[in-house]
Amino acid sequence: MFRFLSGFGSYWLLLGRVFSKPEKYPVYYRQTMKEFVSLGLNSIGIVTIISFFMGAVITLQTAYNTENPIYPTYLIGLGARDSILLEFSSTIVALILAGKVGSNIASEIGTMRVTEQIDALELMGVNSASYIILPKVIATLLFNPFLTLISIITGILGGWIVGTSAGVITSQDYVYGIQYAFIPYYITYAIIKTLFFAFIITTISAHQGYYVEGGSLEVGRASTRAVVYSSITILLFNVILTQLLLS
Amino acid sequence: MIRAEHISKTFGDREVLKDISAVFEPGQTNLIIGKSGSGKTVFLKCIVGLLEVDEGTIYYDEKLFTGLDFTGKKEIRKEMGMLFQGSALFDSMSVEENVRFPLDMFTTMTDEEKLDRVNFCLKRVNLVNSNPLFPSELSGGMKKRVAIARAIALNPRFLFCDEPNSGLDPKTSIIIDELIREITIEMNMTTIVNTHDMNSVMENGEKIIFIEEGEKCWEGNKNEILKSDCRILNEFVFANALARQLKESSR
Repeated sequence: MFRFLSGFGSYWLLLGRVFSKPEKYPVYYRQTMKEFVSLGLNSIGIVTIISFFMGAVITLQTAYNTENPIYPTYLIGLGARDSILLEFSSTIVALILAGKVGSNIASEIGTMRVTEQIDALELMGVNSASYIILPKVIATLLFNPFLTLISIITGILGGWIVGTSAGVITSQDYVYGIQYAFIPYYITYAIIKTLFFAFIITTISAHQGYYVEGGSLEVGRASTRAVVYSSITILLFNVILTQLLLS
Repeated sequence: MIRAEHISKTFGDREVLKDISAVFEPGQTNLIIGKSGSGKTVFLKCIVGLLEVDEGTIYYDEKLFTGLDFTGKKEIRKEMGMLFQGSALFDSMSVEENVRFPLDMFTTMTDEEKLDRVNFCLKRVNLVNSNPLFPSELSGGMKKRVAIARAIALNPRFLFCDEPNSGLDPKTSIIIDELIREITIEMNMTTIVNTHDMNSVMENGEKIIFIEEGEKCWEGNKNEILKSDCRILNEFVFANALARQLKESSR
């Protein structure tokens, strides 16, 4: 309990340092651009591949679980669309990114800590927390919504290609299903969740990396903790946000 | 000048520094020597403010450093440069970007002026044409030299070196030692070097502080060290046969 409270306190103190006034805007801007590539662009591949196959599986599962003449087949498209929009492209993709981006952030910052790079920044008079973490937070907050949109599009596309290829639904029914009773707010809902999850992944992972003590073994442990804590917090906030946004 | 007065530091129940006082003069290489685990790195980190002292005060040119907040320390830190044990170069940056980093952060120089300054610093440490290389492409000695170039980029008045010879062969160690000494004289810096390398002690020891189990046991210079009667110091400095012969011949 003491460790939890101590960690919780140090997390908020770290955030206080992260969101203090940047020393030199051009340097932060350059750093943010690097993070866009490292944390954003480099995640497009994995998000696209996973979303395509998950969209395909959601479509097939919906089809095989609604094999009843009472249900119109366009419901398969509708079910796939809503599953992808409401849960998969925001929450599941966030859990995947917690693994990829979260461990990347924790290990990068942890390595900087154990190799004294953070000490070097502090000694120069640079606010190391802000310089290292703020660009990552900005990059993920701005880029992750695009990843969610890419995931939505690829997931629906994957469902369409595999669903029609497997013969479980016709192309016309699938397209009709994904357009039927569409609620645009669901996209807003997915984006809002994505923003919260991006913040959770980046800050929790950065906190784990920033306070590493020891050597490479501890960096590995911090990286694992970052993924576990981020994932649990994402699931907790998923419940809270769903209740707040859809009730 | 740096003045440390009655510095004490504990980690849990372990008292790592016990009431250490010392004055470090400008224009000379001040050495802190001692066995591994004697507390010399903790002492150096307390002096630069990377660790908070439990008791005692540190002055930089009569300006009180201990107890200052981040903003207060920042002003004094702009006049500091440090060479870390593992060099602490930024992995994601090239040699040029590493040396340019403090200039980007704290100056309003143009890109051209920054490049001139970077090239000057790299030339000073005998590293020309290495600008585009990354730390992973450098040898241990080259990393140390880049770290020195980065440390002097802002013309600091205080230079700190934590084990500058660790992991280096004897010849490269001497080159690094000479470089630190030359730069100290040229720039009239107050330089503090943490070391247990006896070559450094005999070459550079204009002022030497010997720490044993967190206590300052001896203070003097490289000439006095040969004549010292301090038993613990002699056991440390003259641990090998060659060093003992040197001591005998000096008598």
